[in-house]
Amino acid sequence: MSIEVRHLTHCYSEGSAMRTVALDDVSLTIGDGEFIGIIGHTGSGKSTLVQHLNGLLKPSSGQILVNGQDLNGEHVNRRALRQQIGLVFQYPEYQLFEETVARDIAFGPKNQGLSQEEIDERVRYAMSCVHLDYEKYSERSPFELSGGQMRRVAIAGVLAMKPSVLILDEPTAGLDPRGRDRILSMLEELHARESTTIVMVSHSMDDMARLATRLIVMAEGKILATGTPREIFAQEEMMLSAGLGVPEAARLCRALRAAGYDLPGDLYRMEELKEHLLRLWSARKSGGKEAQPC
Amino acid sequence: MQTDAQVRLEDVSFTYEEASSPAVSHATALIRPGEFVAVLGHNGSGKSTLAKLMNALYTPTEGNVVVCGYDTADEKLVWEIRRRAGMIFQNPDNQIVATVVREDVAFGLENLGVPTEEMIPRIDKALDAVRMTKYADSAPHTLSGGQKQRVAIAGILAMEPSVIIADEATAMLDPSGRLEVLDTIRMLNRAKGITVVWITHFMEEAALADRILVITDGEIKAEGTPAEIFDRVEEMQQMHLDVPPMTALADVLRKEGMPLRRGILTVEDFVQEVEKVLCPSKSAT
Repeated sequence: MSIEVRHLTHCYSEGSAMRTVALDDVSLTIGDGEFIGIIGHTGSGKSTLVQHLNGLLKPSSGQILVNGQDLNGEHVNRRALRQQIGLVFQYPEYQLFEETVARDIAFGPKNQGLSQEEIDERVRYAMSCVHLDYEKYSERSPFELSGGQMRRVAIAGVLAMKPSVLILDEPTAGLDPRGRDRILSMLEELHARESTTIVMVSHSMDDMARLATRLIVMAEGKILATGTPREIFAQEEMMLSAGLGVPEAARLCRALRAAGYDLPGDLYRMEELKEHLLRLWSARKSGGKEAQPC
Repeated sequence: MQTDAQVRLEDVSFTYEEASSPAVSHATALIRPGEFVAVLGHNGSGKSTLAKLMNALYTPTEGNVVVCGYDTADEKLVWEIRRRAGMIFQNPDNQIVATVVREDVAFGLENLGVPTEEMIPRIDKALDAVRMTKYADSAPHTLSGGQKQRVAIAGILAMEPSVIIADEATAMLDPSGRLEVLDTIRMLNRAKGITVVWITHFMEEAALADRILVITDGEIKAEGTPAEIFDRVEEMQQMHLDVPPMTALADVLRKEGMPLRRGILTVEDFVQEVEKVLCPSKSAT
């Protein structure tokens, strides 16, 4: 499933003195099976953009095409289109409300009017996607769970709708390293196994370095840059100008190059740095002159 | 030694009503004036409970918490404690009470009954310290997350506290917001000598502290300088925590035989150490 955004502009408080342009003529295409990372500082327009992708907001001008159909068009089954696009808000665990985990996850499928059998199947499927054991957790109250588990229940509620596109706004915010890692591996699996198209908004460049196939950098309501993580993270000045940073590995690569070491300019993963540093180390041990700045 | 403590936890336990096990169990710690102490722990480890015990929001089920010489168990001292130990929380939107920045900063002072003519210079000074003077007459909802947190810090500063306790104050901020809040707090710590207790999930923030306390299952399991704590890579991972990325990379390379010094925390440390290994002649000069 593809989503095409055409010349999207969004103004808040249109027609008043408080009018602010949150998105300014934004165009982009999200292809089937991509894992897109959207990054940008607070107020850059990224949350407004993801809400448009799910039809929660109406454009001031421009269009959002889902599989070629205008999400806000007159003769379009909006409901059917929107069901294909699951949106997980920031801190989604605040929206849990049911008495049991299973009932909370079943809420969406139930509203879709599915049979009880199908609903049960969806709940089991969604719980397995988020690595929560059905036997152990389905009858528990979601409010007895840890913060990370609650968040996974909330994500399962969206996955139970079997969306073709999953959009997540800051899915790891506020979680400890283990909780964060669980969410990220779960997304990695969904993307690889189910070929779900994923759009993730995050402030964590390290999360993005690990998962995204393409990054979109937003600044002041516009797309400042787009490219693979390798292309984007090699542009440290651009990222800093957008109020962002680059992963630690990319910073290290820059610092070592500045000190004269022979490294490619676009490394951004720890494993890559490890390999290159070991290469320099073994060259040094064997007394070769390769790559020595001294 | 004891009189020198800014915050003293003496065998403190705390159990929530109806909970079967304590959230904090036999915690003993001493935080000295002017220290910057980071507290690390997984979700549910008890670190937020510990913060609330330091601010008299909770009082211990067992043991004593003494803040600036005042025992939190004494109800009469609650306001004495809170004006000296200010707290910042995670969500910037939950701690703004007024419709204008200046009035928000005034809130604590009004509660203390500070006369108006004294309030104005204190507010101005506090806003200046967090570099928010320009926004004194703005509406808080027009500010960024980092700016809102700085207003919250100004509200505490106006009360002239000895200690600031921050419970994941940067968790909801973007990278530049995180940096501006962290810089503000570090500056207050260094320039004004305010003691800081900094609870966080970000290992790179903890790496900047003078000392780290690690909490797991309500117990203080480790304490030491960042270099000491993060050197225990496996132990930290067992406690569901991490080490800073550069510490992890150095650890992996050491295992491959590269003789890197222990205690590397930052990119700058790392480059320096790599120079020693790869270019001894250059780093010697």
